[in-house]
Amino acid sequence: MARMKFLCDAERCIECNGCVTACKNENDVPWGVNRRRVVTVNDGVMGAEKSISVACMHCSDAPCMAVCPVDCFYHTSDGVVLHDKDLCIGCGYCFYACPFGAPQFPQAGAFGMRGKMDKCTFCSGGPEPDRSEAEFKKYGRNRLAEGKLPLCAEMCSTKALLGGDGDVIADIYRERVTRRGKGSEVWGWGTAYGPGKEGAKPATGGGKS
Amino acid sequence: MRPVLIAALLAAAGLVLGGCGEAEQVVVYKQGKYQGKPDTPPWDNAPLAYGDAKWKKGDKASWEDEVNTRTRSQNEYRRIYNQ
Repeated sequence: MARMKFLCDAERCIECNGCVTACKNENDVPWGVNRRRVVTVNDGVMGAEKSISVACMHCSDAPCMAVCPVDCFYHTSDGVVLHDKDLCIGCGYCFYACPFGAPQFPQAGAFGMRGKMDKCTFCSGGPEPDRSEAEFKKYGRNRLAEGKLPLCAEMCSTKALLGGDGDVIADIYRERVTRRGKGSEVWGWGTAYGPGKEGAKPATGGGKS
Repeated sequence: MRPVLIAALLAAAGLVLGGCGEAEQVVVYKQGKYQGKPDTPPWDNAPLAYGDAKWKKGDKASWEDEVNTRTRSQNEYRRIYNQ
């Protein structure tokens, strides 16, 4: 059974924010709402700067689902956490419960009034007829119903962000790390991309090339 | 007068003693159940007429094959070097 997951490779992410832009454009996300964002730690420190793209992680035991007072969340059969905006009351409990800050609230009126919650849907829409205009307006594109994957992952230029069935992306990542060099001192191109051919030696000396 | 006073005292004693009871104070949370509209799974849609993706409408396995093939194309070692 497919269980859709995201995986971000901190060695490869270059903080280009292409995933953020792709998500906003594909789903027509309003101003002030970021379904996906890039977080950078140790900014400017050579060799220690790492970036990671974060959105809803579609948890198997989702805290947002547990705390929602109106029970508007559900798991799809392929493991995606979605919600019904017609039920959402914009209380913000899910935002406090989520360890990733995924739930977002549009400013729907004056005095900082909260609108209905909006979050990453793994590009799989919501509980409206699939690929309908109503679904697009409320939840964005339903790419899974088109046989595609989330655009953020599909267009990632360095393939830092992977999206799809957890088993398949784990295989891709496993193959990637076995090709990389080992040791904490190794970083840069060789660590991120490894040698082109299996069995070849990784780049030595570190540094960005 | 006296019966009224006795009744009042009994009522007051009942209220006062009621405070000595030990009520369960631990909240027992119950798992909620989704209250919204039902959703249709992605494989219950026909593939787009102009798209590359091909699967049989309603066939979960063929849809998963299609999506997993697409997921594997994120592996540039396989895609570029064709290994």
